[in-house]
Amino acid sequence: MAPKPPHKQSVSMGRGARKRDDDSGTEVGEGTDEWTQSKATVRPPDQLDLTDAELKEEFTRILTANNPHAPQNIVRYSFKEGTYKPIGFVNQMAVHFSQVGNLIPKDSDEGRRQHYRDELAAGSLESVKAVLSDAEILEEDEEPKEVEMEAGSQTELPPAEVAETVIEEELMTPKQPKERKLTNQFNFSDRASQTLNHPVRDRECQMEPPPRTNFSATANQSDDITKVSQAAKIVERMVNQNTYDDVAQDFKYYEDAADEYRDQEGTLLPLWKFQNDKAKRLAVTALCWNPKYNDLFAVGHGSYDFMKQSRGMLLLYSLKNPSFPEYIFSSESGIMCLDIHVDHPYLVAVGHYDGNVAIYNLKKPQAQPSFRSSPKSGKHTDPVWQVKWQKDDMDHNLNFFSVSSDGRIVSWTLVKSELVHTDVIKLKVEGSTTDVPEGLQLHTVGCGTAFDFHKEIDYMFLVGTEEGKIYKCSKSYSSQFLDTYDAHNMAVDAVTWNPYHTKVFMSCSSDWTVKIWDHTIKTPMFIYDLNSAVGDVAWAPYSSTVFAAVTTDGKVHVFDLAINKYEAICNQPVVARKKTKITHVEFNPIYPIIIVGDDRGHITCLKLSPNLRKMPKEKKGQEVQKGPAVEIAKLDKLLNLVREVKIKT
Amino acid sequence: MTEVEETLKRIQSHKGVIGTMVVNAEGIPIRTTLDNSTTVQYAGLLHQLTIKAKSTIRDIDPQNDLTFLRIRSKKHEIMVAPDKEYLLIVIQNPCE
Repeated sequence: MAPKPPHKQSVSMGRGARKRDDDSGTEVGEGTDEWTQSKATVRPPDQLDLTDAELKEEFTRILTANNPHAPQNIVRYSFKEGTYKPIGFVNQMAVHFSQVGNLIPKDSDEGRRQHYRDELAAGSLESVKAVLSDAEILEEDEEPKEVEMEAGSQTELPPAEVAETVIEEELMTPKQPKERKLTNQFNFSDRASQTLNHPVRDRECQMEPPPRTNFSATANQSDDITKVSQAAKIVERMVNQNTYDDVAQDFKYYEDAADEYRDQEGTLLPLWKFQNDKAKRLAVTALCWNPKYNDLFAVGHGSYDFMKQSRGMLLLYSLKNPSFPEYIFSSESGIMCLDIHVDHPYLVAVGHYDGNVAIYNLKKPQAQPSFRSSPKSGKHTDPVWQVKWQKDDMDHNLNFFSVSSDGRIVSWTLVKSELVHTDVIKLKVEGSTTDVPEGLQLHTVGCGTAFDFHKEIDYMFLVGTEEGKIYKCSKSYSSQFLDTYDAHNMAVDAVTWNPYHTKVFMSCSSDWTVKIWDHTIKTPMFIYDLNSAVGDVAWAPYSSTVFAAVTTDGKVHVFDLAINKYEAICNQPVVARKKTKITHVEFNPIYPIIIVGDDRGHITCLKLSPNLRKMPKEKKGQEVQKGPAVEIAKLDKLLNLVREVKIKT
Repeated sequence: MTEVEETLKRIQSHKGVIGTMVVNAEGIPIRTTLDNSTTVQYAGLLHQLTIKAKSTIRDIDPQNDLTFLRIRSKKHEIMVAPDKEYLLIVIQNPCE
């Protein structure tokens, strides 16, 4: 509220004007009142005319601290409620004037420091005066004191100037030790604490040093270890001979003396066992003795299981080294059959599960076959079950036959390092084309599983099929069979001609039987039931009446028709583990041993006891005749007996 | 590994084999599985013996040649196979 102007009758400005004065804030001082006293009151023309009652009306004016310029309706968004809400309290402060000053409070750090500095400066000035006076006293002893007194106040300047530098220097030196050095602006202090330091102790442990051996060698550029290969091979055989010394002795010299006491039966003496890690899981699918080197034999590995087909291997072992094969070949598809050429004992023909045939040359050190069939060159579409070398054809080209489940018998000829194929026969199942309208003739294809060529009649051969039939075929007739034999109820596993007798052949099958035939007669001469599926049969090379059969229950049966027509003279389980099936058997052409292969990839070599190798007894006075003629006669005699019996019945 | 290396490895790991070594034409061992002193001893002695044996065979029949030499002793058997330039020596204990 504006102070009322001093009560003076001379001043009559009116209440309205006073209201205006509130805002303007100008006041009329006492002096001005006195000045305006002399003048007469002037009434402005626009002054409000108010009645007395209105004049006496009192208006209440309240003085508040509110800032009239401050807003009264500030709203702020409240996230909690999601609306704008007015703020209750509004800042009422109005700043009229602000200036940044540089006053420091006396008690703050900076203030104290400055104060101290000022004190120092003042003290130094005084000390300067004192020093100066002392200096002058020292320097100018002669000057009277009055002059010094004066000098103390007035003339301190010129000598000060002179001695300023000196004094300043003096000032400097006492200043420095007194003044506190400020390293940085911030007043900080280090605080540290230290624990007790434990003394350091070394702890060690030492083991026994590992045993050390000295290795010393001399290497020479000219030394080449590969030159020792021949010697190494010889030594390996020697080492093996030492290890298997007793086996080698048995092989050579052992004859079972107990055979004399055993009526007619014979035994098989196990000799060596051949196996190789790489062929561990693969079954033995083919065996063949080398015709020239009688201790060398070839083994083909593969799988008979339709579902589990993997790779194949061809290994050649020698009896002189049972630990490791002489030759190893690997192939992608399982090997199902193999044959070694008679004249060229380094050529091995193999047939694969995927229908391919290949020729391996043992003379060349390569791991791949020398010649291979391909889908272009007419490979079989089914596994090749048997291959057999034939005599060279007219142009002296190598030539072999193969039989497969796709019903084709193919002749392969090696013409200028290429395999050329010729379909010899397509096996057709007879009797299946009845009840078919004309024009539509279904030719179901028979599946060949085994074949054998006649020893003397070149063009004639036998084929066994999956249906159990055996066909006698000729190389020259491609569509017709010479003869058909209803041999077995299940697939024919093997057919072989007798090595001596030209008319007799033998067949075996999974229907547990082995049958011996005369090819001129439709019914078998001898039938043997072996209580288990027969994997393979083989004639003995030394006698026309001896043969061996192997079955899936792991037994080897040896028969000698001259001794016992109805039963085996040897019936021996050969395999180490049960449930191992024997897959193939082969007689050695020279030595009295046989090799059997099983489905685990192991080959066992067995020696035939004397009873199994009986030659016809010498009759007193008569010369013992040896030779094929004797054998043939022997068998003939037997057959005649049988035939007579048959004719009789 | 070459075939020869594999063969040597097989020989070394065969049952009863004590050691193998290859000695060159001058009697210096090139490769051995035994310790140095034994090797040098065997190499020197067997080298001389092989030369003697070879000359014996040749003296009897000039067309003939030594294929290998086997010395069986009470404790073990030493087999020496001479080659064109090298000598392969294997020591085996056969009766185990």
